[in-house]
Amino acid sequence: MTLSETHDPILKEITGPTPGQMLRKRVFGHQGLMIGVVVIAILTLVAIFAPLLAPHDPYAQSLMTRMEPPVFLGGEWEHPLGTDHLGRDYLSRLIYGARVSLMIGVIAALISGVIGTAMGVAAGYFGGRVDMVVTFLINVRLAMPVVLVALAVVAILGGSLQVVIIVLGLLLWDRFAVVMRASTLQVRNREYVSAARAIGASTPRVILSEIMPNIANNLIVVVTLEMAHAILLEAALSFLGLGVQPPTPSWGLMVSEGKNMMLFEPWMVVIPGVVLFVLVLAINLMGDGLRDVTAPENRS
Amino acid sequence: MLLFTMKRLGLAVLVAFTVSFISFSLLFLAGDPAVAMAGETASGEDIEAVRRLYGFDRPMLVQYADWLLSAVQFDFGQSYYFQMPVSELVLSRLGVTMTLGVCGITFAILTAVPLGVAAAIRPNSLIDRVALFLSVAGQAMPSFWFGLILIVIFGIQLGWLPPSGASSPAHFVMPTIVLGYYAMPAIMRLTRAGMLDVLSSDYIRTARAKGAPEGRVLFRHALRNAIIPVVSLAAVQMGFMLGGSIVVESIFALHGAGYLAWESIARNDLPTVQALILVFSMFYIVFTFLADVLNAWLDPRMRSS
Amino acid sequence: MEKTLLSVRNLALNIPVGGGTLRAVRGIDFDVKRGETLCIVGESGSGKSLTSLALMGLLGKTIDRTADRMEFDGTDLLHAGAGTMRSLRGARMAMIFQEPMTSLNPAYTIGDQLIEALLLHRSVGRAAARARAVELLEKVGITGAANRLGQYPHQLSGGLRQRVMIAMALMCEPELIIADEPTTALDVTIQAQILRLLYDLGREMNMAMILITHDLGVVARVADKVAVMYAGELVETGPARDVFNTPSHPYTRGLLRCIPQPGKTERGSTLGTIPGIVPSLIGDVEGCAFRTRCPHAEDACRAAIPRHEEGTHAFRCIHPDGKRHAEEEAIA
Repeated sequence: MTLSETHDPILKEITGPTPGQMLRKRVFGHQGLMIGVVVIAILTLVAIFAPLLAPHDPYAQSLMTRMEPPVFLGGEWEHPLGTDHLGRDYLSRLIYGARVSLMIGVIAALISGVIGTAMGVAAGYFGGRVDMVVTFLINVRLAMPVVLVALAVVAILGGSLQVVIIVLGLLLWDRFAVVMRASTLQVRNREYVSAARAIGASTPRVILSEIMPNIANNLIVVVTLEMAHAILLEAALSFLGLGVQPPTPSWGLMVSEGKNMMLFEPWMVVIPGVVLFVLVLAINLMGDGLRDVTAPENRS
Repeated sequence: MLLFTMKRLGLAVLVAFTVSFISFSLLFLAGDPAVAMAGETASGEDIEAVRRLYGFDRPMLVQYADWLLSAVQFDFGQSYYFQMPVSELVLSRLGVTMTLGVCGITFAILTAVPLGVAAAIRPNSLIDRVALFLSVAGQAMPSFWFGLILIVIFGIQLGWLPPSGASSPAHFVMPTIVLGYYAMPAIMRLTRAGMLDVLSSDYIRTARAKGAPEGRVLFRHALRNAIIPVVSLAAVQMGFMLGGSIVVESIFALHGAGYLAWESIARNDLPTVQALILVFSMFYIVFTFLADVLNAWLDPRMRSS
Repeated sequence: MEKTLLSVRNLALNIPVGGGTLRAVRGIDFDVKRGETLCIVGESGSGKSLTSLALMGLLGKTIDRTADRMEFDGTDLLHAGAGTMRSLRGARMAMIFQEPMTSLNPAYTIGDQLIEALLLHRSVGRAAARARAVELLEKVGITGAANRLGQYPHQLSGGLRQRVMIAMALMCEPELIIADEPTTALDVTIQAQILRLLYDLGREMNMAMILITHDLGVVARVADKVAVMYAGELVETGPARDVFNTPSHPYTRGLLRCIPQPGKTERGSTLGTIPGIVPSLIGDVEGCAFRTRCPHAEDACRAAIPRHEEGTHAFRCIHPDGKRHAEEEAIA
């Protein structure tokens, strides 16, 4: 008698979900990522629809209604978060301030991302002299005290949103270069790259279609990190008076404006800081979440 | 090892040289140093006179070479604002900044490393989540805001700590915390990651198989290996702290080099700014160099290669 | 008759995994007497390494360990506290692992690590510990032992590192050594030397040894007793000579056919293979786990399998006379 051919339970296949399903599950199951994305989405919508959401013109001054307290400290609903030292509606400035922070975050990260990625990928892919030069430049940039240099340059060129964005964009490329270089080095020796080159694919094509997709997950993480970095730096620069200039509403500037009144009206210092914290926290959560979700171990 | 060190030193010097050149060129675009020196009310002739006197009409490279030559002899010229040698000025302010920096990094290490170890021992436990949360939150908090909040709470409301000045150790408590907290997340994460990695390695299993108590396994065997990259990171963070000192010193009215930097930029005191950029970058270079040396000393595998 | 040093009855290890519970080890029994060498043989995934870690108490917290008995010289290993286990480990029960390249701490000299092995359990002076370290390094065949103490692991080759590991295991003169595939990661020429070393030391110091391996050639050279493990079970156990001469379980026979045996295997004949793969052990597993690859499998193999004993030679199969099908397999 032999073992009958019916399906034997100990031979059962271990089936599972598809890669797509697993990714979706990881993304939506990741608390930090979801919270981050939701918060950023909200703030982005606030920034885009600022003119519709803000109760007043953020630039409108009124000496009659200076320094009014927020609603929860005895103020009127006319100005839900009170007014600042020039009578401008605080809530409106806060809402418009989101535009400043987000614009800076996105554009500066974009500029530095392009610069840094180009340098990093070139260094990783071509190696040799290119790598030496890029590594040297990275070391030079790392040795430079960024805050100091940024302050100095902005002081020279005059503070404004555009200047700050460009200066930060030109200074924050270092992490992009470092990470992209390391990732490219890892990937360039893989077989699919050799295969592509063996069939005669041109260099730009190899870089774009073989290397970039495999380092894209690292790139996304660095983009979020540097966005947060840029936002915090702009806030610090504006706080020190050498960033965005009044009357443009920047959260950092609002903290600075409020610090003289800090002892009497602490909300003027606390609130802009809290929104900055929330925005940067959301970006960091999103970045960490993206890193967790796209980690190579998770790829099937 | 000696060749390695020499090469690193040479590279470091080259980097410092390049940094100073870049900053010099940037400040060269600053507009007119002659105007800055002569003052706003000076006439055109006076400005010209100043320009010729101080050699501001020479080509940039010549001016740079001149500056560099003096710089290596520690002569950074005269401060426009303070009317005293820049080197003296900077030196007088460095003490405060260095103290602050050392305290800051010590604070960061003393809080971050134990947290990282605790988080690694019990991954996904409460302490791990708390540690990760603190690190994520710490990275998101603007330092200037944190400083102001601390002043309001501890300096004013509770009156525990003096909000400004630098006359006693108590004065340094809040600035240390504000300067140090930003380095904490990175150190904690690296410690945690390093410990998690090391704790799953074979030699830890060997140590336990030998009958070593868990404390010994954790510290003498695991941490000893996991801490190696953290040392480098701490040194690098120390270099970054000099940049952060600008904000911290301004808020707490500490008269250190960071505060001086801000003042000088606001006042267009170019020689001082130029000197400070060089000094800050030199410190960063020295610290990263030290980090490499420490790294090699701590990891026997790097010593013989 | 030597006394039984280690006695294990019905050891089971369950690991919670994504799809359920993985029953990695499913009720195994074995004894080791003083000075005796037991070889546990099996393929990857059979559960042999986990068994050795279970004895030493080095399993992770997620693994559920149960047994009817697990005794080492009267001490109950199953319920022993951490302190008791620590005092046993390294002192009376020592372990040698498979990967010499990564089993030594890269940050300390081998001298430090050897000395630590002794000082953890004995209060002797450092100089005395040093002397013993030198003595043992020489015993394991390392020349210039005194100088080696100051060297770091990365300065030694794999074979040397494994010798150091052996020396380290011997520092406190343990009564039992568990060697988990000690030669697998080494060159073939070194393998023979290390095995010989272990064998000689075992005899010289009257140490009991549990040698875990997938290499039957190794077993033939050093074993007093053999335990053949498949999919978490011991399918055949007994004195080495008996198991080799009259292998009673189809899996054992399959393994023996896979290696050339001097005197038995004819030139030009093909070496055997065992077709199929190890089954999934997640969830409840009934019956013989080998039935999917056994040439004599029947429907009855899906139910509980009886255990047959002939003196000290035991095996698990529904066919009571293990020899019966042996000739058929040889022809096939």
